[in-house]
Amino acid sequence: MSLQQTASAIAGPRKGAGNPFRWQFVTPWLLLLPAFLSLASVSVYPILKGLWLSFTNTSLVTQEHDFIGFGNYRLLWVDDLFWNAWWHTITFTAVSTLAETLLGLAIALLLFEHFAFRGVVRAAMLVPWAMPTVVTSKMFGWLFDGQHGLINYLLKSAGIIKDNVNWLGSVDNALWTIIFADVWKTTPFMALLLLAGLHTIPKSLIEAARMDGARSLATFWYVRLPMLLPTLLIAGLFRALDAFRVFDLVYVLTGGGPADSTETLSTLNYKTLFSTLQFGYGSAISTAMFMTEALIALGFCIFLYERLRRQK
Amino acid sequence: MIYAYSPLRRIGLYFGALLALIWSGGPFLWQLSSSFQLDRELTTGSPKFWPAPFTIEHYVNLVVEKSFQEYIYNSIIVASLTTLFCLFVGALAAFSLSRLDVRGKFGVLGIILSISMFPQIAIVGPLYLLASDLGLLDTYASLVITYLALGLPLVTWVLFGYFETLPREIDEAARMDGCSTLGLLFRIILPISLPSLVTTGLLAFIAAWNEFMFALAFTSSIDHQTVPVGIANFTNLYYVPWGDIAAASVVVTVPLIVLVLIFQKHIIEGLTQGGVKE
Repeated sequence: MSLQQTASAIAGPRKGAGNPFRWQFVTPWLLLLPAFLSLASVSVYPILKGLWLSFTNTSLVTQEHDFIGFGNYRLLWVDDLFWNAWWHTITFTAVSTLAETLLGLAIALLLFEHFAFRGVVRAAMLVPWAMPTVVTSKMFGWLFDGQHGLINYLLKSAGIIKDNVNWLGSVDNALWTIIFADVWKTTPFMALLLLAGLHTIPKSLIEAARMDGARSLATFWYVRLPMLLPTLLIAGLFRALDAFRVFDLVYVLTGGGPADSTETLSTLNYKTLFSTLQFGYGSAISTAMFMTEALIALGFCIFLYERLRRQK
Repeated sequence: MIYAYSPLRRIGLYFGALLALIWSGGPFLWQLSSSFQLDRELTTGSPKFWPAPFTIEHYVNLVVEKSFQEYIYNSIIVASLTTLFCLFVGALAAFSLSRLDVRGKFGVLGIILSISMFPQIAIVGPLYLLASDLGLLDTYASLVITYLALGLPLVTWVLFGYFETLPREIDEAARMDGCSTLGLLFRIILPISLPSLVTTGLLAFIAAWNEFMFALAFTSSIDHQTVPVGIANFTNLYYVPWGDIAAASVVVTVPLIVLVLIFQKHIIEGLTQGGVKE
């Protein structure tokens, strides 16, 4: 009697020669394993490691890595550079998300109508989305160049400005120019999301409203907008979370300058990590960023929940 | 429904459409035009929209001075490998969640999605230390491994959504014919999911092709730096080479635009399915 037979004799009778039952149970998780391994090692582990690092004075310059409790966070609390970047990031997120949502809604409503060449316009909307952000940054750097930029030329020709405006090199304009570039890059995607949302609204509702004598504006305000609100809020949330992490645009267009006027949390964080090599302090900035993001998401969720509840 | 718009409304529509077209296509067309103009034409006080005289010197500069083809080569390797791995690992996971008996599958999907919500700047530092310990800095592997994890959530979600639309009768018929679980995936499900695989793969490819921050942090030589890092470092000593930059932009963006236009219908569907249907 082999060992297996002995074992099965003890365990009692089982169906089949192999062990189909156990395989049926294990296979699904085996297939999920590569994905779990990848996400655990590249996402979960670094997040936890980052949390730990934020309580240490790890630095690649001094080669220290001692536990210092809340030391980094105490420093962060009084760090003007951090709060400066925090406010820029909040401003950037709020203004760009709002502008992209409104503009995206307008374009979605336009693309919802029937006209010739609609497909061409819709295809053109994918160009900004597909373009690498670094290319977008360089492109806007050239368009908004202070001396030879096309924007200055066009505005001067139209008589809107008299002299060249230093869009990216002046403390007053740089952040707004970056916001403009971001709006250009991400509005089309927002529009396509909202367009898909518009298509899910039953046509009968709109027709019923028209029958009752509602004009376009009224139909929009009382039928389409309320129906679209969940999509609008969810799309807005995703956009806001994404905008909050803005890095490529700022890093390539201004590097955070002039005079830190466009420094955002991601760029400040990156410089703390890779220019000054303070991995402990840099990780504290990441954690603070993370908490701010969680608060934004929570705010959106509460708002969404309240709206949906009131509608019912 | 009747699409008889009043003339005024019709004019408004076409005007809006024109604005949307200029808004999204205009900046890139200017980049295209700039790439064929001489530097001295670009820096005169009055820019020309049509390149005259026409020149390809910026494209020559890309190859001769900047060795730009090396960045493209690196990007193609990194993005292709990322796409392949993403599709393979993502398909296994999506298949398991959609077709096999996984307890709490929506919990698993939710976890996968919420992992993609972490800010990437929060993982770049610890990953850098890890890559440095493993001797993976300035390698393709560090980038591919990172991009795989960044791309997986979207790929898994989109493929899961597609697999869910396939009728269950297929599974039963295949099982009856003695198909194993993996046989069901590789011989039946994947072949009929080809359209979805192509668009999902394209999304993963574009994401890897465009990624900047990790490439900037992990690679340090032209042997492994990707296109975005190459373009970001495009500066001459005394002036900004706008013409060369424009040419590089055209070279790396046109293939993407062509691909996106070919697959636009599927891409829009793939991208929007998560955001709209619940």
